[in-house]
This record gives sequence, C-alpha cells and structure tokens, in this order.
Amino acid sequence: MKSNAAGSAAVPPAASPAQAGRLRNSRPAAGATQLIVVGCSLGGMYALEKILKPLPKEFCVPIAVAQHRHRNSNEGLPAFLRRATHMAVVDADDKQRIEPGKVYLAPADYHLLVQKGEFSLSVDDAVRHSRPSIDVLFESAADAYGPTLIGIVLTGLNDDGAAGARRIKKRGGVVIAQDPKTAEAREMPEAAIATGAVDQILRLEGIAAFLVERCRLVLTP
Amino acid sequence: MTMPEVVSAVDEQQKLDLEAIEIKLLAEGIYQHYGFDFRDYSQPSLKRRIFKRIYAEGLSTVSGLLEKVLHDPACMERLLLDLSINTTSMFRDPTFYLAFRQKVVPLLRTYPFVRIWHAGCSTGEEVYSMAILLYEEGLIDRCRIYATDINEAVLQRAKEGIFPINTMKENTSNYIAAGGSGTFSEYYVAKYDYAIFRPTLRENVVFAQHNLVTDASFNHFNVIFCRNVLIYFNGTLQERVQKLFLDSLENFGILGLGKKETIRYTSVADYYDTLDAEERLFRRVR
Repeated sequence: MKSNAAGSAAVPPAASPAQAGRLRNSRPAAGATQLIVVGCSLGGMYALEKILKPLPKEFCVPIAVAQHRHRNSNEGLPAFLRRATHMAVVDADDKQRIEPGKVYLAPADYHLLVQKGEFSLSVDDAVRHSRPSIDVLFESAADAYGPTLIGIVLTGLNDDGAAGARRIKKRGGVVIAQDPKTAEAREMPEAAIATGAVDQILRLEGIAAFLVERCRLVLTP
Repeated sequence: MTMPEVVSAVDEQQKLDLEAIEIKLLAEGIYQHYGFDFRDYSQPSLKRRIFKRIYAEGLSTVSGLLEKVLHDPACMERLLLDLSINTTSMFRDPTFYLAFRQKVVPLLRTYPFVRIWHAGCSTGEEVYSMAILLYEEGLIDRCRIYATDINEAVLQRAKEGIFPINTMKENTSNYIAAGGSGTFSEYYVAKYDYAIFRPTLRENVVFAQHNLVTDASFNHFNVIFCRNVLIYFNGTLQERVQKLFLDSLENFGILGLGKKETIRYTSVADYYDTLDAEERLFRRVR
C-alpha cells in the first residue's frame, strides 16, 4: 500500500527526528489504542469503505462510527460496509459490549455514547441538527478512553466533530482529520483542523496505514 | 520533553475521577432530599444532561449544581425536566406499528379484554398513536391503556392530547407508513398552532404517575410498551425494570421495546420468544 507524504510521517521508522518528536507528543500516555471513533457525513460511506478495506485480518481494535444518516435509514449502510471488510459491522444496540474486531455504527435517529466497555444510546435532542451526533460520540468516548482513543474526522458539510476532536485531544487521545483537499465535502475536516486539536492530516489511504501502524501494539502484544 | 504531556494526561484522569464522584454525590443528594432516584441512570447520557443544566444555570461544576438544586426547588424542577423528558413523536418508528398490526393484533383479537401498559409515555404521542391503531382495528372498546410516566408535567400534557400543528406533516407520513387505514386528519381538530386530538381516543386510557425505578408492579397486562426509556438506565437498573415487567406481564403477553433496546443482557431473556427481531417485539412464553 502506497501512502502519501503526510501518511509516511505517521509511520515511525520513516520519520525524521523532528517528526518523531511530533509523533511522541501526540501520544502522551503511550497506552495501546483500545478504541477508534470515526465521524463522517456527506460522502462518508465511500470514505469509510476506503479506510476499512485495507485493514488486515489481524486488525482487531473496535471501531465506532457516527455517520449522519436519515431517520428511517435501515440495513443499507451496514450491509454496504460489510462487503468492504472482514470485520463484523453492526448497528449498535443499547448496552452492547464493545468487542474486538467489530465495527459499530450509530443507529439512525439515536445518539451513540460510549462508556468503558459498552455503548449507550440516547434520543436526546439533535446536536447541531444531527442525531446521531459526532460530537456526542467523540466526547463520551474521550472521557471513557482518554489516551487510548483515536478519533477520525472525515468528509462532511458542517462542523460536527470539531468540539469532539477538542475533547479527545484534551483527554490525551489522538485526532486525525481527512485531508480536506481529498474530501468530498471539506467543511467538516477543516472545522476540526481549525480547533488546533488535530495531530495528523491524512488522505484516506494514509489513515488506514496510520491505524495499522498505530495498532500494531494491539496486534502483537 | 514528554513530561508535561504525561502530567496533563494524569491531571485529566484526576479531573474525570473527581467529576464521577461529584455526579454520584449529586444523584445521592437528589435522592435523599427529593426522592427522585437517578443513581442508576446510564452515565454518559446522564452526564451530558447534567452539564447541559450546569451551563444553562450559569454554573461550571457539578458540585455547584448540587448546591443550587438542594437549596432551590425551582432549579430541581428544571433539572427534573432535563433528566426525565424523552423525545417522542406519533407513530415513532412506523415499522414498529406496522409489525404490531400484523403480528400482535391477531393475537389480541382472541382476548375478551386487553390491558396495555405504556411505561414512560412522556407527552403521550405514542399513546394516541396506539389508540388510533386499536380504533382502526376495532379493538379499542376491549382495551384499556395504562399510560404512566415519572413526570407529572409531561403526563398533564399527555392528558390534554394537544400537539404542535407543525409536527402533523411528519405524523401523517408516519401514520401512513405504519399501515393507517383511515385519514389521519380526522383524528384531530386544527386550532391556531395546535392539533387537538379527539377526546374519544383517550376514553379507554388511564394516565397515572409511576416511577419505574422505585415503584412496584400495579397490575397484570397483556401488552407492555416501554420504548426508548431503558436506554437511559444502566445495566443494573435495566435488570430491575425487566423483572418488574416480567412480574407484570401475563403468560403469552407481549413486550415491545425501542428499536435498539434488547433483553439480551438481562436475566429475563429466557422467558421470552422473539416475535419480531427487527422491531423488538417479544412474547412471554414461560
């Protein structure tokens, strides 16, 4: 797999000393990644496909996704993603345990929240016109997983995910934004980058490579 | 060079731990002083709702809210609304009502009398939806719906059956998708900005305050609905409430949950068969 310039900066062996310093700063408490959260909106379905597809069989860090979707959206999204990955893809149930090797989607018309080891749903008001809201997922996951969390902001037309990115950074986690130039809608990654909380700006291929590298700790303990 | 980062991560964890203590104290204080028990509510959503109130009151910490709530009952009222109002709409999840029509109504036809408990009915939109469905199926005269909620204020609104007119467009399309066999606009009278639902729809409805967290079973039912209420409870409390439902449900009775709620993680799972997996309709079989 070929990664772009920014992508190779994320892979330690290839990094210059300066870049390595930056990388170390981005992971203060050097704990293995336990959860990955992803936020996406317009164009997110195909972006997700591109990230999930290259993940190898051994990749088993659980991934929780808040993709803005219509209130009555059904099995279409999980079914589409299932074709792209060996990981099990499900709409999350309330109080469902967070297990390795699975991709959990925020169900249509619910907020997806995280506490240590399990999900929790809510039908509270939409946040910035969205339910599921990316901020709600990111903020709860940041509080529960701290430095062991990676948050990824992908394509989208609004600024959902920006507040969540800030919270992840505050709690010591790592934040990645899709390179806005490569995004179907650039507003959302741009808004996240504008907060100053983003550690790495990567193309989709770079994100997959980053996750593989970063989660190697988990693969071979 | 990495030291400050490590320290700040530790600081953050300490802040979070302290916040968790404060939230426990808040829930305990409210329980001891006012009797409302939020101690076993699901943490992440409870925390979001609490912080929404903290900012609305111009405060910055959970402890600050605890002090205000204990000394100012009006603030408790506002917090209670934040913590107990659940979003609802008429024929919410239309496919649930469609499945109910197709799979549950035929069972109910065989009963001489049907008792239905709608637990956590909030402002009542789904109670009126069920009343309309039962009316269209010719069952309403044989049914009694017990609609309960912890919150008196929302129950009062449920009793009135007056809903904003601007929701009627969505309600109408939900009604059609739910298999409605009549004309939705015949069930209400439009007045200014409101839709006033026909009082006859609630002739067989009893509205009453009931607290799922602290109150016991009060009758035996053929059908229990509790939709998108349990998501706000933690595992311990869900277990308690599911046992309460089991105690309150006749054999072969129906349990209807929210679209993403499950009995899988509770000890009552074995008492039920799945009637419709997608729509979360279960039938008690032992």
